[in-house]
Amino acid sequence: MRHIISILLENEPGALSRVVGLFSQRNFNIESLNVAPTEDATLSRLTVTTVGDDRIVEQITKQLNKLIDVVKLVDLTEGNHIERELMLVKVKALGAQRDEVKRTADIFRAQVVDVAPGVYTVQIAGDAGKLDAFVQAMAPIGILEVARTGVSGIARGDKMLSL
Amino acid sequence: MSGSGVLPHSIFVTHSEGEMTLETSRGETTVELLSGADMIARFLKDEGVEYIYGYPGGAALHIYDALFRQDDVKHILVRHEQAATHAADGYARASGKPGTVLVTSGPGATNAVTGIATAYMDSIPMVVLCGQVASHLIGEDAFQETDIIGVTRPIVKHSFSIRHPAEIPMVLKKAYYLAASGRPGPVVVDIPKDMTAPTERYEYVYPKKVKLRSYNPVTRGHSGQIKKAVDLMLKARRPVFYTGGGIVTGRACEALTDLVCRLGYPITTTLMGIGAYPQSDRQSLGWLGMHGSYESNMAMHHADLIIAIGARFDDRVTNSTSKFCPTAKIVHVDIDPSSISKTVRADVPIVGPAGSVINEMISLVQDREPTNPEALTEWWQKIDGWREERRGKLYEPAEPGEPLKPEQVIEEICRVTRGEAYVTTDVGQHQMFAGQYYKFDKPNRFITSGGLGTMGFGFPAAMGVKQSYPDDDVICVTGEGSFQMMMQELSTCKQYGIGVKIVNLNNGSLGMVRQWQDLNYKSRHAHSYMESLPDFQKLIEAYGFTALRVESPEELEPALERAFADKNELVFLDIYVDPREHVYPMHVPLGSMRDMLLSKTERT
Repeated sequence: MRHIISILLENEPGALSRVVGLFSQRNFNIESLNVAPTEDATLSRLTVTTVGDDRIVEQITKQLNKLIDVVKLVDLTEGNHIERELMLVKVKALGAQRDEVKRTADIFRAQVVDVAPGVYTVQIAGDAGKLDAFVQAMAPIGILEVARTGVSGIARGDKMLSL
Repeated sequence: MSGSGVLPHSIFVTHSEGEMTLETSRGETTVELLSGADMIARFLKDEGVEYIYGYPGGAALHIYDALFRQDDVKHILVRHEQAATHAADGYARASGKPGTVLVTSGPGATNAVTGIATAYMDSIPMVVLCGQVASHLIGEDAFQETDIIGVTRPIVKHSFSIRHPAEIPMVLKKAYYLAASGRPGPVVVDIPKDMTAPTERYEYVYPKKVKLRSYNPVTRGHSGQIKKAVDLMLKARRPVFYTGGGIVTGRACEALTDLVCRLGYPITTTLMGIGAYPQSDRQSLGWLGMHGSYESNMAMHHADLIIAIGARFDDRVTNSTSKFCPTAKIVHVDIDPSSISKTVRADVPIVGPAGSVINEMISLVQDREPTNPEALTEWWQKIDGWREERRGKLYEPAEPGEPLKPEQVIEEICRVTRGEAYVTTDVGQHQMFAGQYYKFDKPNRFITSGGLGTMGFGFPAAMGVKQSYPDDDVICVTGEGSFQMMMQELSTCKQYGIGVKIVNLNNGSLGMVRQWQDLNYKSRHAHSYMESLPDFQKLIEAYGFTALRVESPEELEPALERAFADKNELVFLDIYVDPREHVYPMHVPLGSMRDMLLSKTERT
């Protein structure tokens, strides 16, 4: 099963490499990884999506918790949560394709954010499934480049990952 | 973060040697101003460090100069950095205190890697101080530069890089705290040369306390879980205690012995847990696993309850996990949550330090009795039956004129030293024989590289042990393969007068490799045979020590009497043993715990 694990990490040099290294060292799998500062300058938030059975995911969270730089973590998929990912896609847009790209983007509530002769750059946000569907829809027209941020997520309601 | 509260007050600089103090404008309390290097030396003293094992080099020279100007902390100069880590490790295992290592950047640090990994696998507290090239050179492939934080990342509990000299006291405090608390382990501190420059001085205060917001090792187990475990324990019909190194590091041996004696249940320990419960006691089944005793492996397989404390269900214990102890419920106590249900699912997991959990168990069993006394009597009859089956069949001692059996050498050493010596080992057949035939009634006495299986560990580890216990016999049981990996340390022993005994079980081959080749490769001894062994007697004598050669059974006893006559003399015993001997019992690969080869011709 797919899990989304969000981690509050000390904003220290080398902290990220400890997390990433742990996954390769222990043969855990990383599907996507997203890391950025938080409102607290001493903390980064890192979100990793991984696939594994319960035993493996239990090991992943236990091993992550053991890292001294990991302050707190939550497996978001254990409860209701919001999952988002941002993608920028360059799509071929020549002649009639320009309308087709725009229409498809509208259907997905994506926005064309840059235009060049023959190329549209489209921005789309959503869960990973929606982004996959968009890529699939655009594929016949001709995708030139894809940049995805990796999944970020947050729990619904008043549940919080904070100190 | 670390040290940010004590960052530079831009304090003035003096160029004279030694310490200086700064008076406040009102002439009140003085604070000490020390260079980074002097801070390190002072911190080590304030932390109570007795010995540092190390080797100097460019990036560590400011620190070495600071050590030169003090007498409180003794530096032991090894002859290879790997030996420094093993010696510090041996010191830590015997004394229970963290070992300290000091090496220079680049090759100094990379040479220490095997010893760091050894300590990591066996959860040994150790702090490794590594010199590093000056900060402005980092990343430029400077002379003797290695990213040692990166290299050691998977084999340390944590690591630090010093970014300002003023951080040094707090970072070192954290390093020692992390190394020794919770599940212990090695901590690396990388120290760029400019952090220790003698010209820059900062306030030094020994930090008495340390707090890390992301690190709070548990201090007690969950009471509800402990109660559940005790209920199972009292109801059990075929219980076995299976305990490991966590009992020794957690200083829980007395509590464990108390609990096990109260219940009257059998106990088997891992290789790392040897001595946590007296092996001469009837309830002790010896150790378990790949080369564990027949009765302990049989008892584990047939048990209905396994009480695992401070052990980690290592593959050398369990054999195939899918066939592991099919009828047993499992109580698993460990300070490290990630050890629980890692390879074998626990029915009652308890996260907590061994000592406090066992004490809580004792208070719960105090006025209660096991509820199935008849079943327990039957269980003991079964166990005694297994014991009887193998009695007198473990090996055949050599007749006069035949080559000695390694097993009888160890038994004889145990007899001569009355089972009271500290025994370190290298890795291979001799390690297993030492574990099987020396009987330990006390913890911290059998010192061996259990998890990593590091050849070369035994001799330098013995040096560290001897320094913690100068008045005791310290024996390194080794083989001619392992010994040659670290034999340069004879020179260190000469310099510091370290009187360890070296027992070289010389079978002219890499015995365990050879055994596997006999069993699995039709005796094709690919590179497990050494045709070019040195004359060990001459070699040892070149360092000014005594070496005795033993080639036949009747020479053994007099040689041992001579070797153990003086506790402070290094004596090397070159004992020729039968190269065809195998270690048994031995787990059959992919089998259950009861599937064992018992000799070259028998199996279960």
